[in-house]
Amino acid sequence: MERDKGTRAKSVLGQAAAILALAFSFTTVVVLLSGEPPWAAYRYILEGSVGSWLKVAQVLKVWVPLVLCSCGLLYTFQIGLWNIGVEGQVILGAIAATAVLRWGAHWGSPTAVLLLSLLAAVGCGGLWALAAGLLKTRGGVNEIFAGLGLNFVAVGVILWLIFGPWKRPGIASMSGTEPFARELWLPTLAGWRISPYALAAAVAVLALTWWTLKYTRVGLACRAIGRNPHASYLLGLRPDRWMLIAMMLAGGLAGLAGAYQVVAVYHRLIPAISSNYGYLSLLVVMLANYRLVWIPFIAFFFAALNVGSIQLPMMLQMDSSLAGVIQGSLVLATLVVHGWARKREQAS
Amino acid sequence: MRGKRVWGIVAVVAALLGTLMAPVAGTAADDEFIFGLLLVGPYNDRGWSQAHYEGGLYVQEKVPGTRMIYIDKVNPADRPGVTIPQLVDDLVSKGAKLIIANSDDMKDGIREAALQHPDIHFVHVSGDDALTGKGPANLANIMGRMEYGKMMAGFVAGLTTRTGKIGYLGPLINEETRRLAASTYLGARYAWTQVRKQAEDKLAFRVTWIGFWFNIPGVTADPTQVAQNFFNSGYDVVVSGIDTTEALVVAGQKRKEGKEVWAIPYDYEGACETAPDACLGVPYYNWGPGYVQLVQASMSGQWKQQWLWLPPDWADINNKDTSAIGFVPGSALSDEARKALDAFVADLGSGKVNLFAGPLYYQDGSVFVEAGKTASDQDVWYMKQLLKGMEGQSSAQ
Repeated sequence: MERDKGTRAKSVLGQAAAILALAFSFTTVVVLLSGEPPWAAYRYILEGSVGSWLKVAQVLKVWVPLVLCSCGLLYTFQIGLWNIGVEGQVILGAIAATAVLRWGAHWGSPTAVLLLSLLAAVGCGGLWALAAGLLKTRGGVNEIFAGLGLNFVAVGVILWLIFGPWKRPGIASMSGTEPFARELWLPTLAGWRISPYALAAAVAVLALTWWTLKYTRVGLACRAIGRNPHASYLLGLRPDRWMLIAMMLAGGLAGLAGAYQVVAVYHRLIPAISSNYGYLSLLVVMLANYRLVWIPFIAFFFAALNVGSIQLPMMLQMDSSLAGVIQGSLVLATLVVHGWARKREQAS
Repeated sequence: MRGKRVWGIVAVVAALLGTLMAPVAGTAADDEFIFGLLLVGPYNDRGWSQAHYEGGLYVQEKVPGTRMIYIDKVNPADRPGVTIPQLVDDLVSKGAKLIIANSDDMKDGIREAALQHPDIHFVHVSGDDALTGKGPANLANIMGRMEYGKMMAGFVAGLTTRTGKIGYLGPLINEETRRLAASTYLGARYAWTQVRKQAEDKLAFRVTWIGFWFNIPGVTADPTQVAQNFFNSGYDVVVSGIDTTEALVVAGQKRKEGKEVWAIPYDYEGACETAPDACLGVPYYNWGPGYVQLVQASMSGQWKQQWLWLPPDWADINNKDTSAIGFVPGSALSDEARKALDAFVADLGSGKVNLFAGPLYYQDGSVFVEAGKTASDQDVWYMKQLLKGMEGQSSAQ
């Protein structure tokens, strides 16, 4: 037993090393080909993301929505669904939060309105995910296509709202809606760039997701159905129903991330409100090998890349898309290394 | 054995991080004045952002001891998740003492950042926070009186058009874009009725808005398509009001197909280079002198909250050191039109011609400027609608 654990830890470390080596040698080649100094580039990214408390706060600001989306995606991945519609669910959450803040701005205390906007976002994101789930379970539409389709619809809706009913007075612009009054911003401490409430909420969601997946019927059902939908049917589980529940959980958390983007980051609704965090979270979860323990770290790493890469255009006049190259090649390297490990296992 | 290996890996990682964390050379020298520039588009867009970028270079050249740090493509579509206050934090940590935000789109973000950094000076280009009092004392505004440049653009368009149909490729709709489109129309109408002696109702002037300052695929209307539509439906001159050069590019292509069409780009002195044979000229901003004024105010402790709306230098509108607005005639402009333009510029400068003199009417027929009066700066700045005689949306529907 002890020995078994040892070899496993060793192989995990070995795999991680292989993944990092593969991804970074690829990225380094890309940087070299573009004629830039790779070492300086990595150094600026690192300095620009964890070089000071201010930077760490900025990274955490991105970490929060990534963690929220990733936790949600764990449910759908566990049950065997590819919830690529997470992006649209973020957008719908942002729209719902904006709607409550706009209409509710004048009745009730700001705190109540803020809380209500978060609830509305969870509900709306969940329902948007339910739509994709129903298309899958009732309509037989693959959830990837359903999700992508609904993402397009969500973008259409947000553009229409910003350019139409929610435009600024006298203005027609894709810049976004009128910013909300200060009391409708998620409260934060003086001098802080990240709201402690948001941090606490993200940590709570992590803990809650861990507990749900490990100890509750939801977690058990998700795992059982994900491994073998037919057998689980014989055990009395109804895969369709559980799939819808998993989708709604994922959508609800994605919606919460959308609301966070509105109340804590942009303080208004903009066309690019999701900041592609839904898609990025899919990569986070894949890189975490669908395991919760890794999610906070990988999400932090991805957030650090996003925040730190702005140093590249600023200091080296280099394109900041290097962050995306690193993120993408890490995921690809993971898939390659895992595939290679599985092959070796089968061979032995 | 296993423990040893794990610790070994930890040590290697820590060592790597350690070398990476060593401070990067090239931090600010003590006597250096660093200013930051946030550009909404690419620094080499041959339009709005490049004009600002070159303004920054001009400051570096003219004011000894200054150094610029810039970030371009600062908009949520190109840099998802990046916010203005975040970039300002970055620039400040690099030693920037003055930060210029070059886009209307940054209005809310720069106000928030100015409140977070009361000891840093901020300039929001094209905004009016210093006028309305919405911004803190460390936030100033600057803009050029492009109305004159646009009148010149409209003037050469009105002189050149054969079909009597002029298209205006508009960005989004706000006060700034309305007054610039209206100025273009007034210039065109003046050329059409006063120089060419044509009937006013025979001139068509249509504005089509794309929804943002430049093309964002899937979000805005495609400016290339809008320009093509203009040329395909009989409009032979398209005046651009957006940050980038699509109108001129399309005009160049149409000319290669044998169509006799022209375009007038915007913002950047060198914009005609994209398709010189289709270019009637370009009204451009020269940000350098205005920036120098603000940077020097900040350096010398003479900073004050101000709202600068800088005019052309009528003695020589293309003087690099004095004129905030210029107009470069394009190679497609006829000699005759060039002469008429010179006379028009002289008349604008001397005050002999004031196109904002009443009577002027809004699109819905209400009065903008009464007969016998001229519009004040505030009237022009806060223009509420397009003018009568123009087709196109005045605000969102």
